[in-house]
Amino acid sequence: MTQFSRSLKFACVAAALILGACTPKQAAVNTTPPPAPAPAAQPAPAPVTSRILPGSAEDFRVNVGDTVHFGYDQYGVEENDKALLGRQAQWLAKYPAVRVTVEGHCDERGTREYNLALGARRANAVKEYLVSQGVSAARVETVSYGKERPICTDSNEACWTQNRRGVTVVTGGASA
Amino acid sequence: MRKLLLILALALAMPGPALAALSVDITKGTFQPLPIAIPDFATTGAAGTVGADIAGVVRADLERSGLFRPIDPKAFVDHTSNINTVPNFANWRTINAQGLTVGSVTAQPDGQLSVEFRLWDVNAGAQIWGQKFSTIPANWRRIAHMISDAIYEHVTGEKGYFDTRIVFISETGTAQKRVKRLAIMDQDGANPIFLTNGSYMVLTPRFNPTAQMIAYMSYIGSKPRVYLFDIEKGQQEVLGNFPNMTFSPRFSPDGNRVVLTLETAGNSDIYIMDLRNRSVQRLTTDPAIDTAPSFSPDGRQIVFESDRGGSQQIYVMNIDGSNQRRISFTPGANGTPVWSPRGDLIAFTKRVGNQFNIGVMRPDGSGENLISSGGKEEGPTWAPNGRVLMFSRSLSGGQGSQIWSVDVTGRNERRVLTPGSASDPAWSPLIQ
Repeated sequence: MTQFSRSLKFACVAAALILGACTPKQAAVNTTPPPAPAPAAQPAPAPVTSRILPGSAEDFRVNVGDTVHFGYDQYGVEENDKALLGRQAQWLAKYPAVRVTVEGHCDERGTREYNLALGARRANAVKEYLVSQGVSAARVETVSYGKERPICTDSNEACWTQNRRGVTVVTGGASA
Repeated sequence: MRKLLLILALALAMPGPALAALSVDITKGTFQPLPIAIPDFATTGAAGTVGADIAGVVRADLERSGLFRPIDPKAFVDHTSNINTVPNFANWRTINAQGLTVGSVTAQPDGQLSVEFRLWDVNAGAQIWGQKFSTIPANWRRIAHMISDAIYEHVTGEKGYFDTRIVFISETGTAQKRVKRLAIMDQDGANPIFLTNGSYMVLTPRFNPTAQMIAYMSYIGSKPRVYLFDIEKGQQEVLGNFPNMTFSPRFSPDGNRVVLTLETAGNSDIYIMDLRNRSVQRLTTDPAIDTAPSFSPDGRQIVFESDRGGSQQIYVMNIDGSNQRRISFTPGANGTPVWSPRGDLIAFTKRVGNQFNIGVMRPDGSGENLISSGGKEEGPTWAPNGRVLMFSRSLSGGQGSQIWSVDVTGRNERRVLTPGSASDPAWSPLIQ
């Protein structure tokens, strides 16, 4: 499904909430702002490596990797994510002024409060692993978003896997 | 925010046979809604259409309860509506009305509205109740809800729940970038007001027992903490000086304490704070997730959820943290327990896989009954009479949430009107 058709669908639902009935497609089009230009119409971006500043948040995100994943209702760091977290720790050693916040996220299969608690466990597990790799605990904050910030909204395992994640976000001290 | 206005209420006497037999037994699973006629209230003075407006709100309240069937005024054969005369009951029997409410609205010289009504038992030909209110015109909806409450109470024998408000989370935007705002409205969806501007996420609001204060979780400054919001003053303050995330707050029945969850190094435990001196006591110490606490109505116990037994289940403890014991043993994960204001039941969310339903059980864990039908519901909240619940229902594909209500028996499931997507409802006590 394209982004455009998805936003149309959403507009239709929003109209239904206000008007008490889902408006026909024509009406939904009329109430929807013009869609953003399709990505394909834009010129191809310059090669990434040429414009990423070493020690920047983008450098961390693109060249190191910011996201690890968790099993269903689990919060232990997975074996296959330890190399990535090791690289995060090395990068943080190279740029000692950088501070990060680890976000803990969950899939939709949990109640709101439980997932806030589970997300906190996940964020803390990532933090503890980074600390075990030599990162000062004082440089690492944690925050749980529970199930409130999904990156994928379908109700299937492929989607849930993406949402069960810990994301290390550079919050300060990076090259800009 | 709330108009602090004096509403005078007086019982209206009317000679005639004493107590009538008009009643609905709401404890039974099945029954026919009671047919009731509610003509537009007669309006005199400069009161405009308010008599018709009040009758309309009363009809809508009673209809939504599922216990009454207000008769369409077009079917009436008797168009007189005089509060001071005994109705011609034969005219109401011909349209099968069992209850009849007649009212009047009079604009007073001082600008106040005087609203009177009488509730009649048509078959017995007797007055069941009569009442007179006086207030400023802006309060007319509250008067209508108070009349609905009086009718409900005198027919069912239970307190009503119409003169109440709902605090909830208003949602806009896509699932990936959802904007969540604290909002409040009347129980019937009227008068919605946004209390926060959406620049930071807010979750799980709860009323205090006077419905003047809201405890909720806010991500303001990217630091998720429990906040208190004073509705009257429009001010909020962070609750306590906790070093990490605090969440899932609830007030004690006397309003003097808040029980909440504090996360420390990834572990969530339950704490209680006395609002009078801000002293804090830790209630759980388990390395498992302990969260979602809710007081019993006598204030002596707290029901909460924990995964200490390997899965999310419901536990009860004394308010000093002693005698922690599991009460839910049915299949699936069980969480978000909320003690009924009557004390007889605990509502909760049952999750099996990706199927979420609202359930109720007795405080000892027996008698589980699932009362929501869709499979995407969570977060129950009780009407102050313990007979109706609201909850969040999420739509598939991340397309937001709706608020629904249902009887404690699982009957009469209905959408609650909200301005757009909405979740996390919390029902106020009856407004004082």
